[in-house]
Amino acid sequence: MFPDTCRFHIAPYIQDFVEWLNFICGPTFNAFSDSLRIMLINLEHLLLAIPWWLWIIVVTLLAWRMTRHPWKTITPGILIFTIGLFGLWEIAIETLAIVIISVILSLIVGVPSGIAMAVSDRVETVFTPVLDAMQTMPSFVYLIPAMMFFELGKVPAVVATFIYAVPPVQRLTNLGIRQVSTSIQEAAVAFGATSWQLMREVRIPLALPSILAGINQTTMMALSMVVICSMVGAGGLGEEVIIALNRIDVGRGFEAGWAIVVLAIIIDRLSQGVAQKWHIKSN
Amino acid sequence: MQNDSEYLVEVKNIWKTFGNSKKIIPRKLIRTNINARDRKIVAVNDVSFQVKRGEVYVIMGLSGSGKSTLIRCLLRLIEPDSGTALIEGKDVTAMDKRQLTEFRRTRVAMVFQHYGLLPHRSVLENVAFGLKLRGVERKEREQKAAEVIEKVGLKQWEKHYPSELSGGMQQRVGIARALVQDADLLLLDEPFSGLDPLIRREMQDELLRLQHEFQKTMIFVTHDLNEALRLGSHMAVMKNGAFIQEGRPHDIVMNPVDDYVKQFVQIARGVVKDSPDKKGKIRSLPRRASGQDEPIIVGFGR
Repeated sequence: MFPDTCRFHIAPYIQDFVEWLNFICGPTFNAFSDSLRIMLINLEHLLLAIPWWLWIIVVTLLAWRMTRHPWKTITPGILIFTIGLFGLWEIAIETLAIVIISVILSLIVGVPSGIAMAVSDRVETVFTPVLDAMQTMPSFVYLIPAMMFFELGKVPAVVATFIYAVPPVQRLTNLGIRQVSTSIQEAAVAFGATSWQLMREVRIPLALPSILAGINQTTMMALSMVVICSMVGAGGLGEEVIIALNRIDVGRGFEAGWAIVVLAIIIDRLSQGVAQKWHIKSN
Repeated sequence: MQNDSEYLVEVKNIWKTFGNSKKIIPRKLIRTNINARDRKIVAVNDVSFQVKRGEVYVIMGLSGSGKSTLIRCLLRLIEPDSGTALIEGKDVTAMDKRQLTEFRRTRVAMVFQHYGLLPHRSVLENVAFGLKLRGVERKEREQKAAEVIEKVGLKQWEKHYPSELSGGMQQRVGIARALVQDADLLLLDEPFSGLDPLIRREMQDELLRLQHEFQKTMIFVTHDLNEALRLGSHMAVMKNGAFIQEGRPHDIVMNPVDDYVKQFVQIARGVVKDSPDKKGKIRSLPRRASGQDEPIIVGFGR
């Protein structure tokens, strides 16, 4: 047994700190929370304003442009249709809005900090353990302070999703830039590229396939957070899953799970298609 | 500003060592290396030379002899530890960051063994890249690039990407990219080493033709004596980071200063057979040469 006299808890201090932070920065958090909520609501209205058949047509056309393959073109449309068929259309749109906002936030933060990591070894050493922690810390743990700061609802869900989804794009941006061939970089420097020109003309364009892979991964991570986020009342497909879980309603759970998988597959294929298109062009 | 000296390039006492310390190693220390605490490899060992305007100066040596490091020191792609490199009368080693960028953009252009082309840019954009860095307008730079591309015989390939081109064609792009800079000095780091013998010969002829047309001063690094003899108006043989013989190619072939140079000459003539006193055995040259070619290691900090 570990001796009882050697016991020390940091839990109360963390609790105090978060409460103090909440007290001090309350107005800031509220302002942030409000603007995020307005964005979410507007986006949701916008997505809902698009009729369901237009969604199917647009996705089918995109699939056709990317694959030029009959089966691969029809399948996404059929999959989307099943979401509506199960009566989950509005709920799925709700989830999609959360995912889109979280991914945009992740990219705004993740890509520049990934570039900073690639430029400076020191920044990389600082960020690497932070990213490790963000990825391995159970997401419920940071759902608690997120909930305290931003109350119940969609906003803490977006914040928690953001924390969970940032690491892949940040890591892959860093990795992609660091892996750019040194001989190409050397040639650019020999012709008088400044470090800014080198970054803009050579390093970022050549790292783009890796960055796009990171964006794809980030989106997938964000989608996988939807069930957990419904714990704080984010609504969406996750809520359906949790209700089904509470009622031991296997069928309902499967339908909601199916809708999540469909969203994931379609977003994944479409974003990979974009990445591949770009790759072919550059090679 | 114009420098009237007949020499375009004057390099004096360039040193470059690789190792765990950035301290400058004085010459004395290299000679008497007992007290040196760091293990260092001398890549460029007190090299001085001069290049006249309009001449092709060839630096020859086996891999590991420091020739690529030396040529990079002239552009400060690798920082030399000490020494000066005057190009058009200006000391490259004393330039600050902005001057150096300006110098690289306008005064000198380089061709690389591994081409160093941008895979996501078309041939035209690759050739225009240096001008773009300089801030030349798109229309003007593309027009200039197109002219040079035509000169290197790639007119119909302008819109293609480097990966669609053969090695020889890619190096033509590399040469065009250097020529379009309109710099007085061209540095070529084993530009044809990756090409097969026929293409290599063709490219050498092409380079001679272009040199005739543009009257550039070139510093050409190679490990191939035949290439050196074809192109060079002046040459130096490098070994272990130092110049061991320098002069006109003809003189070097006639009077090799030591066995190392002699071997180069023999293999260039296709004579690999050794003197009869070694029982007529055919000695493989690379093995023997590589034994001699080990870098000098200074200081033993154990």
